[in-house]
Amino acid sequence: MDVDRAPLGRLQLAAAAAIPIAFLAIFFVYPLATIVGRGLAESGSSTFATGETLRIAWFTTWQAALSTALTLAVGLPLAWVVGRFAFRGRSLVLALVLVPFVLPTLVVATAFVAVLPGRLDRSVPAILLAHAFFNVAVVVRVVGGYWAGLGRTTEAAATVLGAGPWRRLREVTLPQLAPALAAASALTFLFSFTSFGVVVVLGGPRIATLETEIYSQAARLFDLRTAAVLSLVQLGAVAAIVVVASRLEGRLLGGRSSETARRVLRRPRGRERWLVGSVLGSSAVLLGLPLAALIRRSLSTPTGIGLDHYRVLRRETSILLVTPLEAAANSLLFATLATGLALAVGGLLALALARLRPGWLDALVLLPLGGSAVMLGFGFVIAFDEPPLELRGSALLVPVAQALVAAPFVFRIVAPAIRSVRVELREAAALLGGSPLRVRREIDLPLVARALGGAAGFAFAIALGEFGATIFVAQADRPTLPVAIFRFLGRPGAENQGSAAALAVVLALLAAAAALVAERAGGRRSPL
Amino acid sequence: MVKRLVLLGFVLLSVSCGGDDAGEPTEVVLVTHDSFVVSKPVRAAFEQESGLRLRILQSGDAGAALNRALLTKGNPEGDVFFGVDNNLLSRALAEDLFEPYEPPGLDAVPDRYELDPEHGLIPIDHGEVCLNVDKGWFAERRLAPPRSLDELSDARYRGLLVVENPATSTPGLAFLLATVARYGEPGWQELWRKLRANDVLVVDGWEAAYTAEFSGAGGSNGTRPIVVSYASSPPAEVVFAGKPLDEAPTAVVEDSCFRQVELAGVLRGAQNESGARTLLDFMLSERFQADLPLSMFVFPVRDGVELPEAFRRFAVVPERPLELSPEEIGSNRDRWIREWTSIVLR
Repeated sequence: MDVDRAPLGRLQLAAAAAIPIAFLAIFFVYPLATIVGRGLAESGSSTFATGETLRIAWFTTWQAALSTALTLAVGLPLAWVVGRFAFRGRSLVLALVLVPFVLPTLVVATAFVAVLPGRLDRSVPAILLAHAFFNVAVVVRVVGGYWAGLGRTTEAAATVLGAGPWRRLREVTLPQLAPALAAASALTFLFSFTSFGVVVVLGGPRIATLETEIYSQAARLFDLRTAAVLSLVQLGAVAAIVVVASRLEGRLLGGRSSETARRVLRRPRGRERWLVGSVLGSSAVLLGLPLAALIRRSLSTPTGIGLDHYRVLRRETSILLVTPLEAAANSLLFATLATGLALAVGGLLALALARLRPGWLDALVLLPLGGSAVMLGFGFVIAFDEPPLELRGSALLVPVAQALVAAPFVFRIVAPAIRSVRVELREAAALLGGSPLRVRREIDLPLVARALGGAAGFAFAIALGEFGATIFVAQADRPTLPVAIFRFLGRPGAENQGSAAALAVVLALLAAAAALVAERAGGRRSPL
Repeated sequence: MVKRLVLLGFVLLSVSCGGDDAGEPTEVVLVTHDSFVVSKPVRAAFEQESGLRLRILQSGDAGAALNRALLTKGNPEGDVFFGVDNNLLSRALAEDLFEPYEPPGLDAVPDRYELDPEHGLIPIDHGEVCLNVDKGWFAERRLAPPRSLDELSDARYRGLLVVENPATSTPGLAFLLATVARYGEPGWQELWRKLRANDVLVVDGWEAAYTAEFSGAGGSNGTRPIVVSYASSPPAEVVFAGKPLDEAPTAVVEDSCFRQVELAGVLRGAQNESGARTLLDFMLSERFQADLPLSMFVFPVRDGVELPEAFRRFAVVPERPLELSPEEIGSNRDRWIREWTSIVLR
């Protein structure tokens, strides 16, 4: 039988693909097409010159490329540590790297300004550093997670055959890691390409990217036409980049022996101990400094160090209609829904596309990351204004918007895991008389479970921290935690600033806790 | 399991969000920007008196919110729109977005706030954008804080001022308009050239300017003692100091204040037009107006509304703030911002 297609039959494949494709079509393509169409139909010539567009597009591209390189440089040593070694606190490290990911840009930017040396803030280097800080989780979790699934056999053979460490890295390890490296780079690149808060806050007023320019054209200058053109340029650029990346990935996709983490991860020995320790230590300093500044801020009160600011959690304020604790509950509910949606959409797509070689379909899944949040927000408003899709003002749009951002991550984490399930393993199972369904249940599912667990933690963190799209669809009655933080930040006074810091710390704790839980859940279901 | 949770959540949400379409409308929907705040008891009072549930949709900053309203013209998202200020007024009126209505409370509002003679848009609050100074910083150095816009270009104040980019920030735009109102053309361009030479720092928005760069903000590590903020910022510093204060740590430079009025109106095509009128009546009532200072940190437009103690003691309501007519702003705003950008940033 055709074992290669064993996980699902053609019909099942089509059914599995239909749900996520419908979701993306309704909640991404349709609203975006509506608003872009409306913008292009607007009369009047745009005052925006082509030269200016190209200049901004070029800057957006190279800053994203440099950000990606910097993120890889910071993240790969840590990915190596969590991908190769077992040590106490490993899952804590995996959970903690997610923290920067959920922190509101505005809060982190303030913390960054406080720790950056001299006048490095409001410059391109500040943007790059912040992007690396935010995205290091992508590299550590995507590459580290994949690394932990790689066998040590090939490497060991290379060592026996006399290959030095560099040669081993270049000729054995890197090719094996290629799919994960490509996925992590593509995601980091896209996040840096379309990042908004970091660029406006840390970049200062002289720097513009496509995303920030779309925002000012659409929301400041009311030039919907220019905003539509720029959105198309951004989408086009994103599409081109992800297609190239996944082509590359397809070519690099090497053989990979899938073993379970327990055998791959071992305690560091001898010199390794020193290396692991120094990687962990330096990462803690790099990622921890802005966080420490934030925690210090949340603890410093007019009367010294104390927990006063955390009392705001249960207090009715004039700033919000609910207590921040209720906002935290909203955040958890929305993030849970969004995670479920993202797992369904990303997971089903991964299942449907996994048997194909990585190609342009993979790339399209990433496209929602290239849509401008403000345009999508406007698109929601004019596309969903009539039954049966009268969704304006519905609280449902919050998890939907969050899931749009999270689903590509789920896909990019789960797809390589499914693809890596060894064909021989499945063949053997089928030969031994396993039905396709049984093969799927007993071979694929457990192997994929761990990837799903990691993806769930990621998706949850993304949904928890999502702000750009949420602010456009959130209702005053149901603010999320990032929205609450934003409100406190927008008021003068030491108390409000302290409250914002305290709530940001709470948000960070929630994200780390959720990641730990997801890790445990995924881990328990993995075999052996 | 996860799927079941998702399903359950959806059901719960749709039950709790769905209003019934049939019969008398039971809710009124306020569309506004994300700085809008109403305190809980005041909202409860409205719901009790009117028998209507008040739903609030917030959609980005003032510009984004208005643009959303423009996009949904004819089939609006709600019944009342709040948050058109004098900088956006001409744009909103040109699109004929609002159904004229004259609430009875308008009699108690001084004429100077009534910017729309047709009453499509009704004034609700005003808040002046002013330079704020860090009193402690200047006292420590035995330096007198600036008292006027002119003095800002003095060498004494070199490197001390932080402003918001008028292209991305409402107070930033108001401050640019203040300089236009004071010096006219080409005087304002001249002043900004001097400010640039005097090392003015430009940041994207109020949060970055006030909470990160301004030295006088509570809990801030900022280093610049002069910032563009609001007339209500000094009392806010007292109310939210976290400890009792006898004196505000910051002060307003009265000469620099520019008036901002925020208006609201009934959206054309509103589902619940009578509810919209009830809401506008309420927004001009003493109860709502008295709530404004401590919720949104703006001043009531209604005469004779008693201000909270912190405002009575620490707020300055400038007697004659700088002003420009909405028409003048509407026809020149984009050009002024472009010129400002090329003078200050390029």
